[in-house]
Amino acid sequence: MSEDLLSIEDLHVSFSTRRGMVEAVRGVSLTVGKGEMLGLVGESGSGKSVTGFATTRLLDAAGRVTGGRILFRGQDVTKLRGDDLRHLQGAAMSMIFQNPRAALNPIRAIGLQIADAILTHKKISKDAARTEALELLRAVQIRDPEARMNAYPHELSGGMCQRVMIAIAISCNPALLIADEPTTGLDVTTQKVVMDLLADIAAARGMATILITHDLGLAARYCRRIAVMERGRIVEEASPKTLFSVPQHAYTRRLVAASPTATSRIEDLVTEEERERTAAIASKPRPELPHGTPPLLEVRKLAKRFNEGSAAVADFSMTMAGGESVGLVGESGSGKSTTSRMICRLIDPSEGDIVFDGQSIGHIASRDFHRSRHRKDIQMVFQDPNESLNPRYTAFDCIAHPLMRLDGMRAGDGLRKRVEECAERVGLPLDLLPRFPHQLSGGQKARVGIARAIACRPRLLVLDEPTAALDVSVQAVVLQLLDRLRRENDIALLFVSHDLNVVRMLCDRTIVLRNGNIVEQGESRALFDDPKTDYTRKLVEAIPHIETGPALAAAL
Amino acid sequence: MMTGLGATMVRAGRRLLSSLPALFGVLVFTFLLMRVLPGDPAVFFASGPNAGKEEIEQIRKQMGLDKSVPEQLVFYLSDIGHGNLGRSMMTGQPVLKDLRERLPASLELTFTALLIALIAAVPLGVIAALRPGSVVDHGVRLFCALGVCVPTFVSGLLLIYVFYYLLGLAPDPTGRIDVFTSLPPQRTGFLSIDFLLAGDFEGWWAACRQLILPAVSMALFVIAPLARITRASMLVSLGSDFVRTARSVGLSWHKVVVTYALRNAILPVITIAGIVFSTMLGANVLVEKVFSWPGVASYALDALLSSDYAPVQGFVLLMASLFVLVNLVVDICYGIADPRVSIE
Repeated sequence: MSEDLLSIEDLHVSFSTRRGMVEAVRGVSLTVGKGEMLGLVGESGSGKSVTGFATTRLLDAAGRVTGGRILFRGQDVTKLRGDDLRHLQGAAMSMIFQNPRAALNPIRAIGLQIADAILTHKKISKDAARTEALELLRAVQIRDPEARMNAYPHELSGGMCQRVMIAIAISCNPALLIADEPTTGLDVTTQKVVMDLLADIAAARGMATILITHDLGLAARYCRRIAVMERGRIVEEASPKTLFSVPQHAYTRRLVAASPTATSRIEDLVTEEERERTAAIASKPRPELPHGTPPLLEVRKLAKRFNEGSAAVADFSMTMAGGESVGLVGESGSGKSTTSRMICRLIDPSEGDIVFDGQSIGHIASRDFHRSRHRKDIQMVFQDPNESLNPRYTAFDCIAHPLMRLDGMRAGDGLRKRVEECAERVGLPLDLLPRFPHQLSGGQKARVGIARAIACRPRLLVLDEPTAALDVSVQAVVLQLLDRLRRENDIALLFVSHDLNVVRMLCDRTIVLRNGNIVEQGESRALFDDPKTDYTRKLVEAIPHIETGPALAAAL
Repeated sequence: MMTGLGATMVRAGRRLLSSLPALFGVLVFTFLLMRVLPGDPAVFFASGPNAGKEEIEQIRKQMGLDKSVPEQLVFYLSDIGHGNLGRSMMTGQPVLKDLRERLPASLELTFTALLIALIAAVPLGVIAALRPGSVVDHGVRLFCALGVCVPTFVSGLLLIYVFYYLLGLAPDPTGRIDVFTSLPPQRTGFLSIDFLLAGDFEGWWAACRQLILPAVSMALFVIAPLARITRASMLVSLGSDFVRTARSVGLSWHKVVVTYALRNAILPVITIAGIVFSTMLGANVLVEKVFSWPGVASYALDALLSSDYAPVQGFVLLMASLFVLVNLVVDICYGIADPRVSIE
């Protein structure tokens, strides 16, 4: 690390928008040595990706470097033009993107896409490029690479697509690899496999890597040095160990606190200064139910088949008491979303029954369930707060709509009061109510989604990955909100998630699903501390634990 | 990729079968529509304005118009089943023969027009998308707007005025070929191809010169939708993640724009081109009239104006079948161009 491969000096990047110039990066300076892996961590809007794109010269047309230098091997990247730039891109530095499926050309066979990259920088024949592409597929450990050469991205899983993307990025042995959220959106186990692969390849080929991520745990696991970004600036740069044990900057402290770990509790997710506000609500012990009370929800041997195919969910049974929180975890394709939708009565089960509050609701067609009196008792919070709000409804309309439909309320003071009360309960400032979704931040939209779900005072709230699209600090607040709602209003929570750390904190019990079957279930803490099945153990081990980071770094 | 092609064929076949009921519906609907329209063909085709009642009655009987509408429908359908589209009162020939003579003229004109439109529209759309908001982009938009808002007969007449009357570059705008040119042996019915097959290049050139003005005036009208859709989908394509990936590994400009962006962007253009083609086939009656082009559309219009049922019904059936066929071709093209479209 005698000589820096990349050194960014006082970088400024601005975007021209309708409201004038917006500065996304304001004076970032950092260095990356040869073969080093640097973590660039921050929340959305912190400018971490923009820094990466500025380095590889892939900024949008609206973005411009307005100041500073990016020196790569002593050459200022920002001043390169034409062929010089093209020789740099791919050959000397390359990039791996978030959402691998979209990052590959959907109508070009992956073998050709890899060969395209090779042929751009090497003067070799097409056949030779094809052979090299095949070799690369082997290097990224794709099974049956000969057959996969002719596959199209839609025929591969997300993890496979990301491997192909890695193959393209390393095809010309660049000296610097910038990975922009390479594992976001992948399953935890896939996440680990892909990241291990990436780290191994980078180490074997001596490539320097910048890992851009929002996940502190992930950065800590793979990087020896982490730079934390906030609002376009680097606020702190240290080894993972220092960062977690003695974070210097207030923002880092908040970020570290908000990142869920194996041992954190909901209360720990905010720093001590912020804790004061929430501490007022003491945990109320749940009143013991008289013996023999029927459970709030009882699911019996639920199954779902799509198009006569194999079962997406088979033989799923569970019970939930009022005010209880149950986590439903599993990888994508495990049937957890299907199950939650059946319980919500948004889709019809093929077999089995759902008993809510002593009454069978499984046989009511999902089409007609909106007329059932139980509709308002079972409500749902959806994954993507952006997509699940009607863009033409204001926040007020979004919350008022279920009240008018299900509670039969009319527009007027009564409705206004109820909506405002809901907004207050989820901590949504009242002056935001007349706004449209696009005028709200991600966290605010999540609150609108929750307010809408609790508007009719449901007794069961089904949450499908409600925090997956949110930043950790926002996630922390939303989780606290959910926990508080549960304790205050005795709402039972069915929490569907792939984030085991979150489930561990929020849920009393956890059910692990795989390929539509229940693999394991039990008390959350016991289940995570001492998994009974190999599958659960694999899931638990795949979570990037912050504690293991420094240990790994020290071992290197 | 045999499996992909096979799946496309299966899909195409299924599509063809499922369009049969629609074709039947078109058949019955046109039949009924013609019966509801005002005008009595018997009166029209009687010897003259002074024709007596008996004569008209006799013609009516001869045409089968004295029977009830359901009966007529049954006769009509059974005739269609035997491949008989009836006889035109205007030309005195079987409708099938008339259509067969005129369809190649229409098809040749429409194909050429579509080709010209695509050759002009795709580059225009691509250029506009590469520099959105620039002078070029606005220029393309203006050109497209002009193309759509000038009716085809006006642009046709303007073209004739400039290229035939003022410049004298174009031949008389009368039909497919000069009356004095000897026709090549008919093989495809497309004059430009038949001349080539016969090795008569002079004749080929003459046919092309006749073709170019009507084809251009038709093309002008459809450049707009094609260029707009090209621009829009090209913009989406250029802003997509995979184009960013292509740029990130330093692929050449040509490779990024053509192989990565345009090939993806062309998919919706295929669909629109299919729709445009079907519309042009029927809607080119104005151009056919202006340039005295002996096509099916002007034939059908003449028949409609003289209450000649059989040709109009034959024409509508022909158009519907062509529409089905064009959609099928679009479907197959799409299946080949986009590997994601497999069995639905």
